[in-house]
Amino acid sequence: MPPSLGAVPKPSTMDTLSQSLALALQLVLQADAALWQIVGLSLRVSGSACALGAGFGLLLGAWLAVARFPGHGLLVGLLNTLLALPSVVVGLLVYLLLSRSGPLGSWGILFTPTAMVIAQSILVVPLIAALSRQLVADALAEGGDELAAMGAGRLLSALLLLAHERRAVLTVLLTAFGRAVAEVGAVMIVGGNIDGVTRVMTTAIALETSKGDLPLALALGLLLLGVVALINLAVALSRRSGERPVALARGLAA
Amino acid sequence: MSQAALASAPPPLIRLDDVSLRFGQRLALRGLNLQIHRGDRIALVGANGAGKTSLLRLLNGLVAPSSGQRRWLAPDVGPSASSAVAASPAGRAPVTAMLFQRPFLLHFSVRRNLQLALWLAGVPAAQRASRLHEGLQRVGLLALADRPARALSGGQQQRLALARAWAVQPDILFLDEPTASLDPTARREVEALIDEFGNAGMTLVMSTHNLGQAKRLTRRVLYLDGGRLLADLPVDDFFNRQDLPPEAALFLKGELPWT
Repeated sequence: MPPSLGAVPKPSTMDTLSQSLALALQLVLQADAALWQIVGLSLRVSGSACALGAGFGLLLGAWLAVARFPGHGLLVGLLNTLLALPSVVVGLLVYLLLSRSGPLGSWGILFTPTAMVIAQSILVVPLIAALSRQLVADALAEGGDELAAMGAGRLLSALLLLAHERRAVLTVLLTAFGRAVAEVGAVMIVGGNIDGVTRVMTTAIALETSKGDLPLALALGLLLLGVVALINLAVALSRRSGERPVALARGLAA
Repeated sequence: MSQAALASAPPPLIRLDDVSLRFGQRLALRGLNLQIHRGDRIALVGANGAGKTSLLRLLNGLVAPSSGQRRWLAPDVGPSASSAVAASPAGRAPVTAMLFQRPFLLHFSVRRNLQLALWLAGVPAAQRASRLHEGLQRVGLLALADRPARALSGGQQQRLALARAWAVQPDILFLDEPTASLDPTARREVEALIDEFGNAGMTLVMSTHNLGQAKRLTRRVLYLDGGRLLADLPVDDFFNRQDLPPEAALFLKGELPWT
């Protein structure tokens, strides 16, 4: 941990949640540069992983919602199983791929944020694909015939329905972001928790826990929750501003 | 019809020859023979499960026949065209549109929903603005063009669906119980628009449980029972003839055939 974090004065008894809350508040008020660097890297890595995962996951989900081929059910079952994919297993797989002796070792990106983004992307793709597949399948049951009657092919219908269900898609992406930003196994293995380079909130929490500084670890955890809560709030507010014209229009139409 | 009249009659837009449609073990349509001509105004009537919606979906190409032949003709094939331009499955299908009982509108504005329909129908970009304007004007929704489509009332949503159909200028408009979920005022508005579309020359094929609506809006009635086409008559004959098939006669009396 950076010296400034280590220098945070610790109360003599810090085994309560309230004390951890106070410490978390103190960390925020101190506006410690090292802390915000860690927070920033966490958001950048998980945000990038979600963006990358959304590109693959939404397309895969839309395609699986409309495709019919032998083994389709098996593939959907596999995808649903991968929802429980342990992050440490993903970390190990990516580590094996990116290590010097691995097939992608020449890239030289192990223990960099790029490797962490790749690992977290792999982690969130099944989540985004499985949830969006269900979303599109449900919407197709409602409007698939009508879109087909208008001339839309199956895949185009699925993509249109993703746009139609964009608010639910946003919730899926928030869920994926939550999974990414909260995981520690993959980023620890492929990132290495290098101070100032690959240290993110969760690996910092793991480090403080291993050092026995449980209140600081808990305070960092609370900070992480606070950051995610702020993101959710921002999304909720933007949604509400989008819904207001609908409510107003409903009132006028009634 | 005389041989001369037959020779001069335009070929049908759609022709079914001994068409059956099967969903798994269930036979939804059985051995249907049918011709639909330009300008026809047809009502499909029958009890629930008779096959009305299945027939509409088959005619519109949403499902393929399990057996028999469905032929679409190019709509510009008229009496003057060579009879050698025969019905062919490879021929260009007439432009069709379909109105559902509950229209499916995307979570976009009225305008965007219509633009999307025009884009999907392959209407050239240069024509889309005028078609959109004309379509919304025709159904009285021009002032609501920027409202979210899903915020409209049920009647307005069905009018938007009609505008969507009108804008692509279909040769045939299929309507699946288009007023079943509407209140009387909205039903009258939608009926008036359907009538207007028919008067403009659009071929109409409509399933309905409302026999009064069938009388008001159509000129030909197809009665379906258990997937079979039991009667294909001019509307007046269907409602007045004494020699209807027994199932159709019972249906008209408001009785269920299986009681």
